[in-house]
Amino acid sequence: MATSLPHIASLESGTDRTMILNMGPQHPSTHGVLRLLLEIEGESVISMMPDIGYLHTGFEKTYEAKFYQQGVVLADRMDYLTPFTNELGYVLAVEKLLGIEAPPRAQWLRVLMCELIRISSHLVWLGTHALDIGAMTVFLYCFREREDILRYVEAIGGQRMFPDYFRVGGVALEPPLGWLERVKKFVDRFPENVDEYEDLLTGNPIWQRRIKGVGIITREDALAFGTGGAILRSTGVDWDLRRDMPYSGYENFKFNVPVGTGCDVWTRYVLRVQELRESTRIIQQVLAGLPSGPIKADAPKVVLPDREKMKTQMEALIYHFKIVTEGFRVPPGEVYQAVESPRGEIGFYIVSDGSPKPYRVHVRAPSFANLQILPKMCEGRLLADVVACIGSIDIVLGDVDR
Amino acid sequence: MALEPAVTDLNKLKEHRPVARLIEWNAAAVLRGKYDRGELTVWVPRELIRDVLTFLKSDPELDFNYLADVTCVDWVPAEPRFEVVYHLLSIGPKKFRLRLKVALSGDDPVIESAVPVYTGANYFEREIFDLFGIHFSGHPNLRRILMPEDWEGHPLRKDYPVEGYR
Repeated sequence: MATSLPHIASLESGTDRTMILNMGPQHPSTHGVLRLLLEIEGESVISMMPDIGYLHTGFEKTYEAKFYQQGVVLADRMDYLTPFTNELGYVLAVEKLLGIEAPPRAQWLRVLMCELIRISSHLVWLGTHALDIGAMTVFLYCFREREDILRYVEAIGGQRMFPDYFRVGGVALEPPLGWLERVKKFVDRFPENVDEYEDLLTGNPIWQRRIKGVGIITREDALAFGTGGAILRSTGVDWDLRRDMPYSGYENFKFNVPVGTGCDVWTRYVLRVQELRESTRIIQQVLAGLPSGPIKADAPKVVLPDREKMKTQMEALIYHFKIVTEGFRVPPGEVYQAVESPRGEIGFYIVSDGSPKPYRVHVRAPSFANLQILPKMCEGRLLADVVACIGSIDIVLGDVDR
Repeated sequence: MALEPAVTDLNKLKEHRPVARLIEWNAAAVLRGKYDRGELTVWVPRELIRDVLTFLKSDPELDFNYLADVTCVDWVPAEPRFEVVYHLLSIGPKKFRLRLKVALSGDDPVIESAVPVYTGANYFEREIFDLFGIHFSGHPNLRRILMPEDWEGHPLRKDYPVEGYR
């Protein structure tokens, strides 16, 4: 976090044709506390330096003081728009360390939640992106549907934003009665809602002229900078971890990975809107074929016992007491588990030294890597395009700063 | 899905293409290896890390075109104290993942920067510099990134007090 004047290279050359413009950290279109130092000449951006760290909370240090089962809560709070994807990455990593696997029903429920939250996250992106560029109405439409999703999340996890629903070895609870039918009704009508958004934007000449040909990056840059998600796929790289390195039962579902070659903000818009439709397809497949069975793995030393068992069996009560007070021991080793978040690859690198608390947890945050390419997109372009570019990398500052 | 014991024998590890190719290229580049829980790890000497990264990126058979992550682990009071960890990924048909590790001593935590090979290492190395105090020689802009610029100490080191210095 820079407190002094920025270290912008061209500042040292001493020309007085340019000026430094400070954008953020409380700017409405920086999607949080992102601060950008822009060197501008008239209306065009000569150079840009993102300045981050305003939301740094030290999650990685906090992890080292928490039991493994408590870490799920922290994962929620990093990328607050897609809590389930973070939880999934974390619990899969811990399960890999332990050598256990969640039962099929839990895996499918996890996929269902991840895809629901992907839709929700993309809706926030679409709404705010359009709002930044000047299309007010789309925002209201998107948040209408997002509100529905948050209600389903609240019903299943107890909280709208930080559900803490996944557990090491499974998921916390069965969905409440009638919940699956409500989600079914939602996904049946949701494609029509996407048509609505597209009616407002896709054919809109102002929208097109604002984002077509803006924020162009090359395929080589997108790979070298470690970008992910729609940014990578907008440059023609056909890569999605859900399909290419499946986890949590994603190999059971049929879906397309939209890929574009336009390399600009427009392509990223088109791809994310298509992803909305693909996520709907995955959810429909989950709902059609959700297997029955247990929702927690058979690992009594790791998974909390059922309440009913706990009240009737001595053994279960002891395990419950042990897990809650002492945590569970994890065999020494290290794993890196990557899952596809709406923003790209989110990876959890966990090192265990055999104790009930992780020795080290590192989160490979997709927004952190994606942010690096922002100067490439904006330099040499107009100031107004900066806002479009920030929107197109779908930045979440909680994810960047952790 | 019970845990299988880790494979550490280099001859056995040659079944995995990345290890075999690395040894073919330069046997000195592989100090140790490990295959554990389906993940491949290779320890690399500090002097060779940039060459190894360059080779892994340019080798057509491996094609590690994506540096997913760079991070660090502090093993204080053990010596060498730090381990810098690279996670490489080959995006495309090969789908390899490889973890590289470099051990660094506590009194001389300096390593060559990976930025000339993978531009995206920039922020990750700044983060390690900020939170662990490891220096990356040849980094274009090695400054603190998450903590304030006048911050004292490196919070993710194990000897850094959780409540901060008083």
